[in-house]
Amino acid sequence: MSILSFVVPTIFTQQNAQSVARSTCRSLVNLFVPPYKYSAVFSHQRAFHDQCKMGKGDVKLLGLWASPFALRVRFALELKCVDYENLEENFGAGKSELLLISNPVYKKVPVLLHGDKPISESLIIVQYIDEVWTDGPSILPLDPYDRAIARFWAAYVDDKAYPYMRAIITADGEEARAEAIAKLKECLMVLEDAFVKSSKGKPFFGGDEIGYVDIALGASMEWSKVIEKAFDVKLFDEETTPNLLAWIDVFLAHPAIKDVMPTTDKVFEYAMNFISPPSKKAAATAAN
Amino acid sequence: MGEGLKVYGFSISPFTRKVLMTLNLKGIKYDYVEEDLNNKSSDLVRYNPVHKATPVLLHKGNPLPESLIIVEYIDETWTDKPLMPVDPYDRAMARFWANFIDTKLVPSIKVAVLKECEEHEHEKKIEEANQWVKTIEDVLGNKKFFGGEKIGYLDIAAIWLVGWVPPMQEAAGWQLINKEKYPNLSAWTEEMLSHVTVKENLPHRDPLYAYYVWRLSGFKPELTPK
Repeated sequence: MSILSFVVPTIFTQQNAQSVARSTCRSLVNLFVPPYKYSAVFSHQRAFHDQCKMGKGDVKLLGLWASPFALRVRFALELKCVDYENLEENFGAGKSELLLISNPVYKKVPVLLHGDKPISESLIIVQYIDEVWTDGPSILPLDPYDRAIARFWAAYVDDKAYPYMRAIITADGEEARAEAIAKLKECLMVLEDAFVKSSKGKPFFGGDEIGYVDIALGASMEWSKVIEKAFDVKLFDEETTPNLLAWIDVFLAHPAIKDVMPTTDKVFEYAMNFISPPSKKAAATAAN
Repeated sequence: MGEGLKVYGFSISPFTRKVLMTLNLKGIKYDYVEEDLNNKSSDLVRYNPVHKATPVLLHKGNPLPESLIIVEYIDETWTDKPLMPVDPYDRAMARFWANFIDTKLVPSIKVAVLKECEEHEHEKKIEEANQWVKTIEDVLGNKKFFGGEKIGYLDIAAIWLVGWVPPMQEAAGWQLINKEKYPNLSAWTEEMLSHVTVKENLPHRDPLYAYYVWRLSGFKPELTPK
């Protein structure tokens, strides 16, 4: 079925732009995601999303569009259909007064402001969101052991995967970068194994629904693509991480993620600020 | 014995003690296996293949590593005498400050007291450590415990201040955390030490003192132990 035959008639109806976008989105996703996975995964999330935006008081997020940590919080808020105001820090202009007051210890984004209460540290914020907005799907598993294992893997992503990603981007010299890439790939193989055990054949770490570990790791997927593009390397492949490879596509296509995740190109351009000059030249060439 | 519960630990480590203290505060029975970290058991490696570290909790055949994750798991499984606050914001704050203790407070105190830095940086490191100690002093305020009237999750997370800082300061010959500067923390330390279960679950002073003396003399050879 051609996309045009789906989209064109809707343009001439009275449907609003959002509905048209959703329809287009759905038809595009149908081309790239096996139909059974899409319908199984997204139909009830979409139904929940449609009755969206339930507030529980004034909610603001102090973030940065490119930050995977801030993205984690946005994913959680979107999944729970929380009505929130997204406030972008402009680090070029120095840290805002609001950020410095709200997170005096670390002075970092993201910070969730719920009424007058600031909460910092992305994974702590995600757990908070899960515990406050209980109408939506549960982000952490309900069983205490599964919940503990989810916390373990999210901590593993923070302690191992993210620092290696950062090391790859900011590495001074090819040897240091190659070492960081090797270490990250090892981590991803460990996470591949964790995915198989956690997902139990379902699309996400969290099973049928996006869960805590999906959010923790998934937030860095555009950065992973930037790394692959900039340094001509495959972090995920059919041989070592076949399940994670499939997971990335399903995760990024989810309505709560897709609307919020920045594009690879935008992140790539931003990443150029952090890559050392010789590599930048090579990366720029790779992009063209 | 509580439903096939076993802890693989290293008894001089605060991470192991956090888990044991939690189990004991809740009155839960368990088996304990002391690990030799230079010769780790095959069980430990099997149950924690990722980090190969203590502590590991084994419950009904299910292994779980990472001390604070274990503490929350115990609290959620044995719901009597709850350690975590009920309110989501208070829970978020407990987790935040527990993370702060591990990632900022403890490392900064170690660096300052054990002088794990260059000579010219030492004063700055002491200032930094004081900044973080003041922060946690203010978080505690004039509460009896971080958990309020009763010992809670954050008190357990802060156990290093009670059991390890005193012998470390004794070995170093000076006090970063003292009564005059930090009355709240000092009062809290005394409250904790007068709690039977806490006191019973701390390592003895002697091996810790000896360890810190060794650490100090290893870094500064001219320092003679008292």
